[in-house]
Amino acid sequence: MSYLLNTPDDKVDMLKKIGATSIDDLFSNIPDSVRMKRLLDIPKSLTEIELTRHIDLLANANLSAERSVCYLGGGSYDHFIPAVVDTVSSRSEFYTAYTPYQAEASQGSLQAFFEFQTMISQLTAMDISNSSLYEAGSSLAEAILMAMAITGRSGTVLVAETVHPEYRLSFTTYLANLEPKVVTVACPGGKMCLNDLASKLDDSVCCVIVQHPNFFGNLEEVEEISKLVHAKGALFVVAYDPISLGILKKPGEYDADIAIAEGQCLGNPMIYGGPYLGLLSCKEAFVRKIPGRLVGQTVDRNGKRCWVLTLQTREQHIRREKATSNICTNQGLFALRAAVYLAAVGPKGLTETAELCFRKAHYLMDLLCKIPGVKPKFNLPFFKEFTIELPCNAQLIIDSLVDDGILAGLSQARWNPNLVNVMTIAVTEKRTRSELDNYAAAFGAAVNSFIAHDKSKAFKS
Amino acid sequence: MDKSQSTGLLFEISHKDRRCHLLPDCDVPIKSSSELLDKKYLSNQSTGLPEIAEIDLIRHFINLSTKNMAIDCNFYPLGSCTMKYNPKRHERLGSLGGLSNVHPLQDDKTCQGMLEILWEMQNYLGEIAGLDGVSLQPAAGAQGELTALLVAAAYFKDKKEHRTKVLIPDSAHGTNPASAAIAGFDTITIKSNANGRVDMEDLISKIDDKTAVFMITNPNTLGLFDEQIVKITDLIHKAGGLVYLDGANMNAILGITRPGDFGADMMHYNVHKTFTGPHGAGGPGSGPIAVRKQLIPFLPAPIIIKTTDGFKLDYDRPKSIGRVRSFFGNVGILLRGYFYIRTLGPDGLKQVSENAVLNANYLLSLLKDSFDIPHGDRCMHEFVASARNLRKEKKISAMDIGKRLLDYGYHAPTVYFPLVVSEAMMMEPTETESKETLDSFAATLIKIRDEDAEFLHNAPHSLDISRPDEVRAAKEPVLRWKK
Repeated sequence: MSYLLNTPDDKVDMLKKIGATSIDDLFSNIPDSVRMKRLLDIPKSLTEIELTRHIDLLANANLSAERSVCYLGGGSYDHFIPAVVDTVSSRSEFYTAYTPYQAEASQGSLQAFFEFQTMISQLTAMDISNSSLYEAGSSLAEAILMAMAITGRSGTVLVAETVHPEYRLSFTTYLANLEPKVVTVACPGGKMCLNDLASKLDDSVCCVIVQHPNFFGNLEEVEEISKLVHAKGALFVVAYDPISLGILKKPGEYDADIAIAEGQCLGNPMIYGGPYLGLLSCKEAFVRKIPGRLVGQTVDRNGKRCWVLTLQTREQHIRREKATSNICTNQGLFALRAAVYLAAVGPKGLTETAELCFRKAHYLMDLLCKIPGVKPKFNLPFFKEFTIELPCNAQLIIDSLVDDGILAGLSQARWNPNLVNVMTIAVTEKRTRSELDNYAAAFGAAVNSFIAHDKSKAFKS
Repeated sequence: MDKSQSTGLLFEISHKDRRCHLLPDCDVPIKSSSELLDKKYLSNQSTGLPEIAEIDLIRHFINLSTKNMAIDCNFYPLGSCTMKYNPKRHERLGSLGGLSNVHPLQDDKTCQGMLEILWEMQNYLGEIAGLDGVSLQPAAGAQGELTALLVAAAYFKDKKEHRTKVLIPDSAHGTNPASAAIAGFDTITIKSNANGRVDMEDLISKIDDKTAVFMITNPNTLGLFDEQIVKITDLIHKAGGLVYLDGANMNAILGITRPGDFGADMMHYNVHKTFTGPHGAGGPGSGPIAVRKQLIPFLPAPIIIKTTDGFKLDYDRPKSIGRVRSFFGNVGILLRGYFYIRTLGPDGLKQVSENAVLNANYLLSLLKDSFDIPHGDRCMHEFVASARNLRKEKKISAMDIGKRLLDYGYHAPTVYFPLVVSEAMMMEPTETESKETLDSFAATLIKIRDEDAEFLHNAPHSLDISRPDEVRAAKEPVLRWKK
């Protein structure tokens, strides 16, 4: 076994020093009645050559974005990852380091996390950021716990129906046995209904959660929402798309209190849903209520600038059941990747990336809506993701386009059975005009064939 | 050799108009966002991100990396953290495009290879736990704890039993009580006895018909297997409660005993520890949970099932607690765990624990004459030494010893945890270290013990910085760079 180093001779010497007769002897305080009397029922060991062959086969059984053109979004996107990101994150000193509790031996990661916190604060125009949480859904749960502690209110959490259904499910689960009720604000036109919001806002509301751009890709009226929310003394929590901030207003510009995002799009692979990283930035006044790890700047005993994990008295290893959160790990390696990504694209690159996503998405929307029967589901402004209504079941088109090597989009029926003809499509800066043209052509052909098929069925019956 | 080039903060080395990543020209005839969108949506302020050329960016981060300790360079006897070697094959296989470029919302039939791996992983983790059902969803151990406690709460609610208390030993990880609080339970602390095990008298006095869950780490954070475990789990079960195993210390018992066999009803794994995902300076982790049969209906959705039509994500779980995060789970870490289990096989996994326990006992035997080891001369995969006598006699603290070890190229042990031992130094060598490494490490520790106290107070002496002012950092927090 190549990861184990003790040879039979080593074992004899070591047992002698310990004063034990056998390795088994070391386990003697495990009651015999619960000792395993057989080997675990798992497959026998594989060498690296065998394992590689096995995994290659399984990896090739997936239609990954490497072998297809991917228009899937909903929180995970096929953005380009510059090579520098992989180069840095594959440095052993970064990826095989432990949590930087020993600051002297961790200045590399600590400085990188401080830079990450700074860039997330800059990106969102918020005062401060932590050094990352798990992903967006549980980050929203953390934001709610924060809002409860800050406002002292625990009656209601208002959430727009246009927030990602999996994010809503996640924080609802966290709150299952806590006080606040989760109340959904209607979004009949594809964005939050301000009248419904106003009617539900009262003194028991601790926070209002909006996703902008939302799950359908539409932009929300964040400035007006922000004013309404603050007038009632609640906190405004927004879930944003980091790439969109290359062109769209930043959460701080419309006075959001806590800004949350899925950070996957910042240089991280889609890898079937994780690991990703949750971004959390907020106003300075909330600093002692923030969950998760924070890196702070200080000086060492010789006056040299350095960085440490700080405000640890908020955290579970000190406060136990009174901690601001139960979170222990952050997503260190992915915060590092996000930092390298943001530094690599820089201010101009981020704006150009956002602009390419925007223009290509709008180009594709226009092309698709030329197909007879296909139309925008909402006539609302959008960024890189949009929602259309088809003259047939969206899943049929998605299945049919797989044969063309296209992952066409998300059928909204997965989350709402009333939306079987509705599809949401995401376009990143990676897509070329010819890919978009081919997609629209294949899409049109598929729609036509299903309509013709339906007509002929109707004719026969 | 100086390695400080380009290591100023990114914002300090930023230079107007320098670029690293360039984007192609726009190839579609569409107007720009400033023409198509209402002004009210558009930002009026720059992001202020740094402007850096590729070579400066690379020098910046590569030179920064050299300021870190890491498993690939240094021995980490870090108790409770299982800092074992991270096999390189895992990194190569985990980044295969056919795995890393799979979208989380792809239809099942387009990602059968991925689902097959994860389905097998569900089964392996069930078998290793001796439990019936597994959810791979939780992102880390702490989220696994919370998930399992929410499952327990839903289970009791379904049975119409009103149980409000979670009992937790005082030697437990801080995440246990913190998770119990979010799951809506009251936490009751159970004392440890003089031998570092659960104080049975205290436990019995605190069990009642409101007891929902007893959370135990076994082997515990002192590195001791609690041989009372069967008695404990019987007591909890008789009172109608459930037993939760904090799986942080699974590295000691793989293939030797199974939580399900000693009475645990639910547990979490730390895949990044036991099955060696790289720690990445603080994450990502992965914290799947395994549960006994009666709890399966309450697990988060989806779970992977095998049908005649291939592997499928099963969302049809009406009693499920819901989700604790978006998407499937921390798949990148689960894949690495899968690679590891497949590489080792049943014999290999058992040898992992045998060697982890052998190494820990060997290190203990090398140190027991020089250091105070409060809980005897045998341990499982880790043990706790104490600097309390050294502190009394020479004013040398656990912190001093830890900091001085850094000078010698060893990471410090876990210090000041568990809370039940004063001046604790918790050491876990893991199975991926050799006898020679343990010999040199022990010799170094013994040498440090005899060094001058004042010299130790100022350690480390050879690193870039020494003894950061943590009070200042917390008093006036500077959490970001500003112009």
